[in-house]
Parts: sequence; structure tokens; C-alpha cells
Amino acid sequence: MTRLARLAVLGITATAVLTLGACRRKPEPAPEPAAPVVNQDSINRVRDSIAAAEAAARAEQATRDSIANAQAMEAQAQQEMRATLGNVIYFDYDDATLNDQARAVLEAKIPILLANPSLMLRVAGHTDERGSDEYNLALGQRRAVAVKGYLSTRGVESNRVDAVSFGEEQPVAEGSSEAAWAQNRRAEFQITSPDAPLARPRS
Amino acid sequence: MHRSLLAAVVIATSAVALHSRPAAAQDTTRGVRLTLEYRPGVRPGVVVLPARGAAGDSLRAMLERDLDNGNRVSVVALAANDAQALAPATGRGPNWALLTRLGAAGLIQPTLTPTGVHVAVYDIGRQRVLDTQDFPLPGAALGRDWRHAVHGVSDAIEEWLTGVRGIAQTRVAFVRGASLVLIDSDGAMETAVPVVSAPLSPAWHPSGASLAYNTFGISSRVMVHDFATGRARTASTTPGGVNQTPAFSPDGASLVYAYAGESGDAELYRVATAGGAARRITAGRGSLNLSPSFSPDGRRLVFTSSKAGPPQVYIMDADGTNSELLTSFVFGEQSYQSNPDWSPDGRLVAYQSQIAGRFQIKTIAIRDRSTRVLTSEGQNEDPSWAPDGRHLVFTSTRSGARQLWVLDVESGRMRQLTRIPGGRSPAWSRRTSGNMR
Repeated sequence: MTRLARLAVLGITATAVLTLGACRRKPEPAPEPAAPVVNQDSINRVRDSIAAAEAAARAEQATRDSIANAQAMEAQAQQEMRATLGNVIYFDYDDATLNDQARAVLEAKIPILLANPSLMLRVAGHTDERGSDEYNLALGQRRAVAVKGYLSTRGVESNRVDAVSFGEEQPVAEGSSEAAWAQNRRAEFQITSPDAPLARPRS
Repeated sequence: MHRSLLAAVVIATSAVALHSRPAAAQDTTRGVRLTLEYRPGVRPGVVVLPARGAAGDSLRAMLERDLDNGNRVSVVALAANDAQALAPATGRGPNWALLTRLGAAGLIQPTLTPTGVHVAVYDIGRQRVLDTQDFPLPGAALGRDWRHAVHGVSDAIEEWLTGVRGIAQTRVAFVRGASLVLIDSDGAMETAVPVVSAPLSPAWHPSGASLAYNTFGISSRVMVHDFATGRARTASTTPGGVNQTPAFSPDGASLVYAYAGESGDAELYRVATAGGAARRITAGRGSLNLSPSFSPDGRRLVFTSSKAGPPQVYIMDADGTNSELLTSFVFGEQSYQSNPDWSPDGRLVAYQSQIAGRFQIKTIAIRDRSTRVLTSEGQNEDPSWAPDGRHLVFTSTRSGARQLWVLDVESGRMRQLTRIPGGRSPAWSRRTSGNMR
């Protein structure tokens, strides 16, 4: 029970007690039947007080709901920004060029990176299993550096991005099919700065 | 041991008159000698007699297997009663007649002693003792040190018989999963080398006293593990990015490795083994340059480069000048050639080449650039020469899972080195005895 509702209940009780007390104090002689006196004002006051209390409670609930809503929306926005930053990009065979799709995925990250200048990112280049292990380690680095270079041209300082390579050592898809290879030729993104809420880009 | 006796057994066993060639010139003329002496069918037959004692059977089995793996002699298998009949009786020589009937040109008689093994080698053609020698066998019988010493005995015997020291007393370093593993040349005694993080591309110091490798991912470095101290130090001085594919110069004084940093290009750097700053030796603007291998004289390098598109093998001077394409493109085929390894005799470079979508092992001759395809079954990758310049170890999927295999380039004979799948990046040590662990 809320505080306002509690006050309203107290109001009703007090009115009832006063009414009963007045009856007891009535002196003899013999009572004459009288029409019941209805104190309409008192009833109205009680009713008003209940309504007011209920309205206040509703208002408070609405405020609370709106705060929770805002919090949920913010959490969702944080989650979406992190997901956007983490979105993987893919490459063609023996190639470190950023194709249109890869650029689009990177473009989505840029406003977030620009709105959060203390955010640090690690880009890890990966390759498919074909070719020499040694060459693939260098190719993975070339992919990571290509991403870093693109971000740099879009205003994300180089010292915020660490480019590393895992070559063909950490496939996400097993098997020796074109589908598996296509998933493995990729760059992954990881936030390396301490966990803190991200500022939303100004739209 | 006497070089003249050696020459005598060469004549007796191969019927090729090479006695006029001075023995001291062996190393420089090995190529010529090999093709004359070791054609299939003219490998001299050798009998190894049983040895008494608790470890006698193991000793004999190891000697036979090593000689067989060397592919320069043919080990004659004996029936049990033949072994009895062949043993030199007291005061008398071996049963020459029976040995000749068995097709044997040489007889090995090992005798275990309290501290090692006494070995007598008989020249059957001349019916006399060729040489005898005592070898210490340290440690417990069948232990790692004992086996290592026995492999040394095999190599000495092979040298008595053929004039060329064997390669049994060598090890292959390779990577399996996140482990760096050493395996004896006969496939026994797998031993893990401790690593700072998942390794790739091991490379032996010529002394056998240390092993370089590289790590990858978040902190990629070239490490050098010292066997005597058990400690590893960082040898690459280029921070961040990828540091990979180390190779020691033949004198062991410097290390060349590839570094890919902020530019995304992978360039070769040279650093003194003792330490100091690394110096860039390639200028492969816009390309990946890696997987170096020195010529035996240390003056030149072969390496993988993408400077003309897909990876190809290049050759250059050790200071980075005079770089040129070594392997030529095959038009109409997707060309991908990488992982070169220069043979110890300097004549050939082994590498992997994509043929019909699969990698095969090829060699290219330095002199006339003629190439030879050595494999055809499964995928075959990452060749490394044995110190005799005649055997190659590489990975192959010919039996299903990827394993390490050894090929005798002269005869085409293959043997499987590992039995646990997943081995890769093999590096064959030089012949070493003291330093190697």
C-alpha cells in the first residue's frame, strides 16, 4: 500500500469514528425516530481523497515505468552499439581488400568509435585453411591492417586500434568447403579498453 | 679410421671405380657420387649380427632400422639358423661363403660391453675386418640418451660402408596443436619442448643447442629456446604485428625472420643471434615476404614473396639485393609456390607448389632451374631437408590424417615418421651429437 492510499484509508476511519461518537453523546429523553442525517460533504471529501491518492499512485507508477523504459532502451542501445562494433567482416581468397559489404559493416562502427574517443579496439585478421600456414599468418595481419587503415581514414586514430593476426589457426567453421572457407576469411573486433558505458552518437 | 679401407669397401660393394677420387672431396662431389653409387639395385647388402645381452635385440633392431632408413645400404634379413651359422667362431673368420650367398657385402658385429658397444665391420669381398671401434652408450638402455648414442653408431657404420655419414643421429622439430615436439629420426622418443604460447615454424640453430620458433596472435614474437638452460628469450626486436618464420644463418651468428607491422607488408629482418636491433633486408613495398632459407654458404636466401601476386619463391643475396623470381609461373594454372628450403649441398631448393588444386613437394635446381615433382598422393606441404641432402621431411595427408613423412629423393622411397595425426612445420636438425637434447 502506498503512502497516499494509506492516508485515504485513515481519512475514512476517522470520519466513521467521529460519526459514532456523536451518536453516543446524544442525551435522553426518548429518541424520536428521525430521518438519517447524511453528511454528504464528508463522504465527498473521502471520495476525493481516495481519488487523489489513486491518481498520485498512478503518476508515480508512470514515472517509474518511464525510468525503467528508458533504462531498458539504454541497455538495448548499449547492446546494439557493442554488437555493431563486434560485427565481423569477410574477405575474398588471398585478398585483404575491403569489399563494399565490409566497408558498410565498418561504416556502421565509425559513429560509435568517434563518439567514444577513449574506446580501444583490437582487430584480428583470420584466413581460411588453404595455402601455407606461414603465408596465412602474414595475410591475416594484412587484413587487420587494412581495417585499421580504413578506420584511420575515417577519423579513428591509429593508436586506438591494435592489428593482430591468427592466420588460419582459429577457424570458426570446420570443414573444407567454400562455405566454411568464406566464413573463416574474416576480421574480428574486440573492445580492449576497460568496460564502461558507451556514449551514443549524436544523430 | 682409414680412408683407403673406405675406398676399398666402396669398390667392393658398388662395383663403381671411384677409388681415384680423393675421399676428402666427398662433400663437394657428393651429387656425382650419389647418382653413380646409389642407383636402386646397387645398394650394398649388409648383415647385422645379433648382439648378446639384455639390450642386444633392441640394439640390433635399431642399427638395422637406421641403416634401412638411410637408404644407402640394403639390410639383409636373416633367418634364425643363418644368424647362428654366420657368427665368427673363435679363432676363425665369419662364414664368408654363406654371407656371399646371402648377397651381403658388409657384416656388422656389435658386442655390448659394460660401458657401451664394440663394433666390428667386415668387408666380405676382401674377407677381412674393415675396422673396429668402441662407442660409449650413456644412460639407461633404451633411454633417450642411449638411443641417441646408438643412432651415432649407425651413422659411423654407414660412413664406414659408403663413405657418407648417416642421418640417424638427428631430430625433427615440429608443431602439433599448441605443442612444439622433437622426434628422433626413427620416429621414436617424442619429447615436448616448453613454449611461451602456441608455436609455429620451428628452426634449428646449426649447433643443435637451441631452437627458434614464433608465436602468433596478441603477442607475436620470435623466441629462441636454449636446451641447456631450458629457458627461452625473445629474439625479435620489432614490436606488435606478426613476427614469424625464423631461420638461422649457417654460421649461427644471425637470425632472419619476417615482420609484418603497421604497413601490412611482411618484410625480412636480420638480427644478431647475440641480440641487438633488427635490420630490414627486403623492400617489398605492398607485398608479403617471409619463410626465408639460407644457402649453405650463407651468402644467399630463398624466400616466399607475393610481390608478383600469388606467392612465389624468390632468391636474393643475403643483404636483400639482387632479388629475382626463382620458381616460374605455370600459365593456365592457379600458381601458389611457397615454403622453400635450401638443400645442405646447395644444389636444390625444395618447396610446395599447388598442382591441380593440391600442394605437392617440388625441387628446383639452382644451376639450371629445372624442376621435379616429388609427390602426387594427397596434400604434401612444408618440406625440410635432412643433413644428407637426400631425404626430405614434410607433411602429407596420403594416409588420411596429416602426418609427417620422410622421402628419399634418390629412390623415391617413403616412410611415415609420426603416428599421431596433426604434425606440421617440420624442421630437420643437422647432424649433431653433443649439444642436441
